[in-house]
Amino acid sequence: MIDLSTAGVQLSPEEVRRYSRHLIMPEVGLEGQKRLKAAKVLIVGAGGLGSPLGLYLAAAGIGELGLVDFDVVDESNLHRQVLYGQGDVGRPKIAAAFDRLREVNPHIRLNPHETRLSSDNALELFADYDVIVDGTDNFPTRYLVNDACVLSGKPNVYGSIFRFEGQVSVFWAEKGPCYRCLFAEPPPPGLVPSCAEGGVLGVLPGIIGALQTNEVIKLILGVGDPLIGRLLLFDALGMSFRELKLKKDPDCPVCSEEPTQTELIDYEQFCGLGEEEQLPDDLDITPEILRQWLDDGRPLTLVDVRNPEEYDICRIEGSTLIPLHQLPERHHELDPQEITVVHCHHGPRSTRATLFLKDRGFQRAYNLAGGIHAWSQRIDPSIPLY
Amino acid sequence: MSVIIEIPTPLRRFTDNRSQVEIPTQEGHTVEQVLRQVVEAHPSLQRHLYGDDGRLRSFVNVFVGDEDVRHLDGPQTSVADGSRISIIPSIAGGRR
Repeated sequence: MIDLSTAGVQLSPEEVRRYSRHLIMPEVGLEGQKRLKAAKVLIVGAGGLGSPLGLYLAAAGIGELGLVDFDVVDESNLHRQVLYGQGDVGRPKIAAAFDRLREVNPHIRLNPHETRLSSDNALELFADYDVIVDGTDNFPTRYLVNDACVLSGKPNVYGSIFRFEGQVSVFWAEKGPCYRCLFAEPPPPGLVPSCAEGGVLGVLPGIIGALQTNEVIKLILGVGDPLIGRLLLFDALGMSFRELKLKKDPDCPVCSEEPTQTELIDYEQFCGLGEEEQLPDDLDITPEILRQWLDDGRPLTLVDVRNPEEYDICRIEGSTLIPLHQLPERHHELDPQEITVVHCHHGPRSTRATLFLKDRGFQRAYNLAGGIHAWSQRIDPSIPLY
Repeated sequence: MSVIIEIPTPLRRFTDNRSQVEIPTQEGHTVEQVLRQVVEAHPSLQRHLYGDDGRLRSFVNVFVGDEDVRHLDGPQTSVADGSRISIIPSIAGGRR
């Protein structure tokens, strides 16, 4: 249970009316509602997860609600970020969110933090709050939120989503594992697409954010079983919930008994984002570059535009066969946002295919110079030459 | 006997969009052997699960049932008939 004092906390007659359905439940009661009023919760990220979090935590009567975000509302946010409406497009999220939340509940205090959470401000920001909720959208900030929570002893109510899949947990190093005990290191950049690249079902953050809200309220009330040491997985397509056991990593760099990291670090660098993605400007890439991209685990589609008979003779592992003459009908099977490397036998057909794709918006389409012939000679001699 | 491998969304494009892969296995087989079989059946998973050193990548979490193999016998954890093996990815989405 969160350490909170309700001494001196009173509910006004208006508040008693508003929270009456809470007050009549023994698990909440007057004391519980006072605990909610005494609590200070910080939501990091006012987006898909931050929307239900903000709305329900405000409605529940959390006394002080902080919101960290620096973005403006974009039209593409509206299919899931239900805090905002059409008229908010172009407005700063914090301002738009607070207009809405004030309307939801005028009895609570709202703290705007219109800033990017960073290693320089996180500990100072977190110090004023009892519970931190992670509603961010990128690995550097997730690791930052975790480490700052560990260092300041605060619970981190974690939620994350991708397409149709969500994860929820409560990472609280004093009582269980932290995020780093599970995910010691981030995946290399580019391997896991963001929602901006991979898409997300609009209702999914609503579900996951509501589950996070439930955990926040339980932590404050001190009732039920918090998701400490448990990772809840939600699959919206299969419509199933699963639960995995998490344990503290005795060698965790931040939350173990002998941590190797005792302060916040440069999380952009930690997540390998120090350098912008460097992609060649040329149409052609060499077999060596393709080898490197594959070794780096860079997400890419390898398209083989030879004929099926040639494909039967030999192929590069993982390639998709789309014979050149079928490309006009089948290019929509490919993702124009993704790196697409096209090859044929020696290069001429794939050069035409690459130019064709570039004309259709595949800005990251490349031709494998020398085709599978060069690949065989320079990279993988097990591929027969023909 | 066989085991079920749960494929997370980010990796499904390497398994013909399948969310589960069933792998025939034998008594005494380990997580390591089962995962190798998965990679044999879906070779493009290789670089997402294994590093150049041939070891499972550090950000790939593998669970047998609801237990993290790191808290069992690691890749050498043995599997039983009907075991459910889950690959748990880091996902970061939520704000944008």
